[in-house]
Amino acid sequence: MTGQPQLEVLAPGAHAALQDAGRHGLRRVGVPWAGALDPRLMRLANALAGQPPQAAVIEAVDGGLRLAARQGPVRLAVAGDAVLDLQTADGRRAVPAWCALTLQDGEVLTLRSLRRGRLAAVAVQGLAPAPVLGSASTYARAGLGGVQGRALRAGDVLPVAAAGPGPNLHLPQPPAWNDGPIRAVPGPQADHFDAAALAAFTTTAWRLTADADRMGVRLDGPALQHAGAREIVSDATVPGSVQVPGNGLPIVLLADAQTAGGYPKIATVVSADLPRVAQLRPGATLHFQFVDVAAAEALARAAEAETRALLASLRPWWPGGLDIEALYTGNLVSGMLHALAPASHPDLD
Amino acid sequence: MRFQGVQLLQACARPRTWPARCAILPAVSNPDAPRWLDAGDMAFTVEFGPAITPAALHAVGALDAAIANAMAAGALPGVVETMPTFRSLTVFYDPLATSRAVLQPVVQALLDSADGALAAPVQHWRLPICYEGDCGPDLADTAAAAGLQVDDVVALHSATRLQVYMLGFLPGFPFMGDLPVALQRPRRTQPRVRVPAGSVSVANQLCAIYPWESPGGWHLLGRCPVPLFDARRPVPALLAPGDRVQFQPVPWAEFQRLQAAAQGGDIDPATWREAGR
Repeated sequence: MTGQPQLEVLAPGAHAALQDAGRHGLRRVGVPWAGALDPRLMRLANALAGQPPQAAVIEAVDGGLRLAARQGPVRLAVAGDAVLDLQTADGRRAVPAWCALTLQDGEVLTLRSLRRGRLAAVAVQGLAPAPVLGSASTYARAGLGGVQGRALRAGDVLPVAAAGPGPNLHLPQPPAWNDGPIRAVPGPQADHFDAAALAAFTTTAWRLTADADRMGVRLDGPALQHAGAREIVSDATVPGSVQVPGNGLPIVLLADAQTAGGYPKIATVVSADLPRVAQLRPGATLHFQFVDVAAAEALARAAEAETRALLASLRPWWPGGLDIEALYTGNLVSGMLHALAPASHPDLD
Repeated sequence: MRFQGVQLLQACARPRTWPARCAILPAVSNPDAPRWLDAGDMAFTVEFGPAITPAALHAVGALDAAIANAMAAGALPGVVETMPTFRSLTVFYDPLATSRAVLQPVVQALLDSADGALAAPVQHWRLPICYEGDCGPDLADTAAAAGLQVDDVVALHSATRLQVYMLGFLPGFPFMGDLPVALQRPRRTQPRVRVPAGSVSVANQLCAIYPWESPGGWHLLGRCPVPLFDARRPVPALLAPGDRVQFQPVPWAEFQRLQAAAQGGDIDPATWREAGR
């Protein structure tokens, strides 16, 4: 083994890009925050991989991401409800998400699919891409951050650190999936809609269309009638803004959204629920529920408390160095993958 | 810029000249009563009226400056950034560090005491533009809509000194105005999926330059080879609100030369700043 270990992207899957907590302070010159669509996954993955909390991760959309260790062992962790397999000299076997993994030189990790949601965060020990304007987050439209300002491609090689000795952490109880309504604060232009449109907004089962990317997701349902003008003099948009263009079908803006827009915004999805919107697949449905600003802020604080509790719950895999790989091989043979069930490895800290 | 409200009032005494602005006079004539708009749990907007007016623009700038000073003095912990637009200021905050209930009285006090002193120096720019061939695919349409010849549109557009109202939409993207009435027309009914970087575009009373390739619904009159945003520069955005911009027509060959030189870093963008203004 020569030189610094590297992580090679063999395939990016549907979409994968480097993201961190985002680029702040430049909205006034038109630069969106960008950053992880699901920051909780980023923080959990980083903690599992022994990375700083805000270090850049590979945020993968849907399945298909394939990563190979080159020139040495690489430690990484995948946060997300991911089906993973590891290809070694001895063959291919399933490995779990929500835990630290070490790829030996030449081994390949494949994110086959996601059981739920669309997003997974892959943190890699020693991954430290150079920040651009204060952040490594990829904002491809203006070529900022990431690898040469763009999403990952097959053949990209990321310099990382050699896997250190540290504990192999795992998350005993991954975050629960929340199927509840998406909370949103009415406004800033709720007054551009009449009572019937506001009622329809919260009673409709909105269908996610395939027209979805890091800028936003388009919803399908009954067209919302504007009470007045269908355009406003452009004002600021925020991640979570729900724009209603002339056709009456809402668009929820996400991390890469333009910083200003001329469509009335009926509501703003609360920050705690925006990752849940980004996680929804085309064809899925969502309901909106109105909350006021104080309640939205309380939801943000509750979500942060939940994230901190999850971070505090990380535990070493097993005391005494039990061969976890053997455990997994055994599970695969039996056709079951229940090693992550809390009962199978009680906490012994 | 001291008290635009008076000028506006005088202008509105001649309704045939300023019909659109007169319509919103009640809102801007009382700039002390802006609206507070909810924008979720990480932002709120202070709105100074529904339309583009000098008074609203002035009020936005004054509040923005007051907040910037307060932030620099550590008086607004938890405020992340602000976003000035034509007629509103949006304040972004961290709901884990502060709250709307804490911030609103502080911002209200700044609003009450903002004296409107705008410190930023105004820069004047003369930016090259190519109106030829593929550069201005909507030039002929725009001329037809105005009942003018293409040359007249070019002459009118390049003779107009535009003011940068705000930056937004894309990094470095300037919203500039106002266009001569003859060039004002609504957006395209069918937005383009791909507007080339550098496109100089018009819609309603506004003119903009797309710094990046993007979808877009404005009419494309020409192309400007000057990079409007470069992360490597100490101040990445070339233009700033308040700046004045006038376009200088150049032939296609010169456009190509300038574009190559600008992309290669061989031209300092300051070249296009008008000296002595």
